[in-house]
Amino acid sequence: MTIDLKTVKHISKLSRISIDDNKAKKLGKDLNSIFSFIEKLNQLDTKNTEPLTSIAETTLKLREDEIKSENIREDILKNSPDKNKDFFVVPKVVE
Amino acid sequence: MSNITDLKLVELVDKIKKKELSSIEVTIAFIERSKKSKKLNAYISENYENAIKKAKIFDQKPDFKKKLPGIPIAVKDLFCTKNIRTTAGSKILENFVPTYESTVTQNILDEGGIIIGKLNCDEFAMGSSNETSYFGNVQNPVSENLVPGGSSGGSSSALAAKLTPATIGTDTGGSIRQPASFTGTVGLKPTYGSCSRYGIVAFASSLDQAGPMTHDVKDCSLMLEIMSNYDTKDSTSVEFKRENYLNNLNENIKGKKIGIPKEYRVDGMPKEIDELWEKGIKIIKENGGQIVEISLPNTNYALPTYYIVAPAEASSNLARYDGVKYGFRSKGENLIDMYEKTRSEGFGDEVKRRIMIGTYVLSSGYYDAYYLKAQKVRRLIKNDFDEAYKKVDAILTPSTPSSAFKIGEKLNDPVSMYLNDIFTVPINLAGLPAISIPAGHDKKGYPLGLQVIGKAFDEQSILNIAFALEKNISFKNNITDWWIK
Amino acid sequence: MSKNNDEYLIIRNDNKYEVIIGLEVHAQVLSESKLFSTSSTKFGSEPNTQVSLVDAAFPGMLPVINEHCIKQAVKTGIGLKANINKRSIFDRKNYFYADLPQGYQISQYKNPIVGEGSVILDMPNGEKNIGIERLHLEQDAGKSIHDIDPQNTLVDLNRSGVALMEIVSKPDLRSLDEVNAYIKKLRSIMRYLGTCDGNMQEGSLRADVNVSVRKKGDKKLGTRCEIKNVNSIKFMQMAIDFEANRQVDIIEEGGSIDQETRLFDTKKNETRSMRSKENAHDYRYFPDPDLLPLELNDNYIDQIKKDIPELPDEKKKRFIEKFKLSPYEANILVSDIDISKYFEEVSKKSDVKLATNWITGELFALLNEKNIEITESPISSKNLSKLINLIKDGTISGKIAKSVFEIMRDGDKDPITIVKEKGLKQQSDPKELENLINKVITENPKNVEAYKSGKDKLFGFFVGQVMKNSNGKANPKLVNEILKKKLN
Ligand SMILES: [Mg+2]
Ligand SMILES: [Zn+2]
Repeated sequence: MTIDLKTVKHISKLSRISIDDNKAKKLGKDLNSIFSFIEKLNQLDTKNTEPLTSIAETTLKLREDEIKSENIREDILKNSPDKNKDFFVVPKVVE
Repeated sequence: MSNITDLKLVELVDKIKKKELSSIEVTIAFIERSKKSKKLNAYISENYENAIKKAKIFDQKPDFKKKLPGIPIAVKDLFCTKNIRTTAGSKILENFVPTYESTVTQNILDEGGIIIGKLNCDEFAMGSSNETSYFGNVQNPVSENLVPGGSSGGSSSALAAKLTPATIGTDTGGSIRQPASFTGTVGLKPTYGSCSRYGIVAFASSLDQAGPMTHDVKDCSLMLEIMSNYDTKDSTSVEFKRENYLNNLNENIKGKKIGIPKEYRVDGMPKEIDELWEKGIKIIKENGGQIVEISLPNTNYALPTYYIVAPAEASSNLARYDGVKYGFRSKGENLIDMYEKTRSEGFGDEVKRRIMIGTYVLSSGYYDAYYLKAQKVRRLIKNDFDEAYKKVDAILTPSTPSSAFKIGEKLNDPVSMYLNDIFTVPINLAGLPAISIPAGHDKKGYPLGLQVIGKAFDEQSILNIAFALEKNISFKNNITDWWIK
Repeated sequence: MSKNNDEYLIIRNDNKYEVIIGLEVHAQVLSESKLFSTSSTKFGSEPNTQVSLVDAAFPGMLPVINEHCIKQAVKTGIGLKANINKRSIFDRKNYFYADLPQGYQISQYKNPIVGEGSVILDMPNGEKNIGIERLHLEQDAGKSIHDIDPQNTLVDLNRSGVALMEIVSKPDLRSLDEVNAYIKKLRSIMRYLGTCDGNMQEGSLRADVNVSVRKKGDKKLGTRCEIKNVNSIKFMQMAIDFEANRQVDIIEEGGSIDQETRLFDTKKNETRSMRSKENAHDYRYFPDPDLLPLELNDNYIDQIKKDIPELPDEKKKRFIEKFKLSPYEANILVSDIDISKYFEEVSKKSDVKLATNWITGELFALLNEKNIEITESPISSKNLSKLINLIKDGTISGKIAKSVFEIMRDGDKDPITIVKEKGLKQQSDPKELENLINKVITENPKNVEAYKSGKDKLFGFFVGQVMKNSNGKANPKLVNEILKKKLN
């Protein structure tokens, strides 16, 4: 299996990472070598194997329905790139 | 002054408790040495002034019941630290200052530890040589232009160079044990669920574990004791009885059954590694341990599995770095354009590569072939260990298939770089604890490590076995301070 | 062309098209704190004041699930007569959006907490069963605000992480009336259970609407379009109406429908493709590695079952059997939990038949006029039952009762006091009534003559006169009796 340029571009779109043609070609090469190494898994028969979704040897912890966080708006917005003190700000979204 | 930094953690704690040393003396000693060691590039952020203040405060009202009484410590820059910049080695978090503290660093602070700085690491912990950090390469104090391993390369370098008496790293596929092995230090990856992941910049959630990196097994036991706790803020934290690892440390391994997995004898492995392994086996036998040949038949599939699972989780974990809430933002004409430019400029090549791999293996039409397949193989790998542990108490292997390599040597060959983690990755996939201890040198004089793998939550056993090995090996790290003029 | 009742048929060039509708309702779980964080869910607070580090997806933050939300989902599942899955899994649904801080929504994909169930609708032609495909728990997103800043979009994360139940119906709905009835029924069930307040103005109940059309008689479903996030029944109906016609037009012109996500523009009253946003939809679902599978045991589920209150369908049955109400009356009285509570309070202390009539008649008219909910009724259930008792024991007539009701509506005054103060007590003394009647008879000799010669209709005239002379207080039953004796 090979990953073509179109696929690389599609993945970059899904990942929201822009890449130019040169980078895409280089990346395509890397991905192909990585995936040819990954293909090894196909040698294994896993028809009757249950996927392992969690390795933690415990059960899901449940929390009580209590409000413990107060208003920390200042903290929340402190690191945001656009210094608005009430909101996060992004370029205009047109729907 | 200079000999303060030669002391090990437990010795320092002891001297402070006996009032032979003060916190300020110790803190300044490590800071001074750190200042002289800029060439190693081990630090991303320094917290010296603040640390000195804290040390003075400690000395005014010392609390000797604490396990780290006024002890300075530098930590991997993957742990969020309140009011101290936390970058994860990435441009995208270059200016990020958390308003909160990770559970593990909080535990250190609660025991009297003082944070003197944040240590370099591969970007988002993705790397095995510290070459992916936005903040540059880190030098291995063992020799110039040698990688210190990764991703906790700043940590291993700072520790080996005695810029910090102990440190903490994170290990997703070997990121504590491999750099420990490359620098002649001790590194332990605890059982998944032992140390809280709260406040640690996530790479691959089902594999990430924080752990100690120290000069010896004693120090390692003390650090683990401090770091590990049950944390309700992490749903994968496990409630189990945590030992007094240091108190219970015991070199008696009589009757312990130690497994030797035949699949770890890989093709092309340097002879030195094989000899090192044999040395370990001999010591075990001489100390009354029993060597058992075991098989971990799916070992070969661990790396491909890891290179599906880890990037998949990472591609999702790193989606939050989008230029909206914190971190770097690039100007864009619209929202999508802003996202794409921000992430393209904010992430380095390796991170982008892994995000792409992860996105691909999860994408529609490929999920079953890759991600689901990897999860199934992951179960097989875990089953291998479960089977083995019916017969043995622990497993002994080399930590890495080779010693440290030169900076730049493997940069253009991702697969050969990935192969570095061949002995460590299966343990993360199975969620088990494992420790790497320095066990010898190769012919170039570079350190080599042995790895002891334990049963889940049985950190005490591997500490004890490592303790016994350590006593008999009496490894000496011949570091010359070449970077200090 | 009928949009309502049994089926919605669109007829074009002699072709009859059937409209097929399925709904994905997003119901906000009633809880104090969010699904995976401890911040408040309160509505209408200052922007970004109910946002924790977890809600804003800061590095290293992890989700810890709210047990109450699990219970609420299980309760709702039981209310929908659905299978509760003992093992369910939280997945990440990955996509980038300004108001989605994590870059993924934690949802449930292949293994939801609740499986198949059903809801019964009371339609004019009888009951209709609507299948429920599943119910799953997920996080709400934040809010993007486009109209404050002309250059930028502002993001408020107060809603980010609030627990939602997504209830997915089977494509069983066939008309706009059924859509209306379905939403109302779901809302009613959840309000009975206390799992969702159903407040559509505050966005506690929204729906994605799936619409497809097919030629009548066809077995295969047509390609569907999903209209996202419609927040009122009226808009759902308008959106379906537009969308179904759009699809029929395309098919009639020989085209085919693209499966896609559309947006309903409430100003232009049309649906619009969302593809313009170059939305390559590939959510890359996978189990959230920060969470473990949710395992429920029988004991846990049984415990919740014990706490399930009587739900509208059972209540209706009981009202019909016990109170002899008509299905129509029962339906109205159980449609909303607060109405049924009010009714049960009144009927506990007074005549059921009268209670039914007064609540569905006078009281509803009053609530309608004031545009208020029954919980805000100016007349308490206690005073309404007193009024009904005054009628029942003959103290006042039904007609007087109406004027007492008029006085009660301004301030919930005790009807007994009103009757006393205004002297509205019914005249039931036969002697006094006889005097009144005699007076009317003597004053109207001509009409008496006419009545006796066969003009029966005039009887009403005499009753009216007596009532008028008594200022309406005469007991009409006794007046009738005495008048009959006197005149015959
Ligand atoms: Mg939907
Ligand atoms: Zn949904």
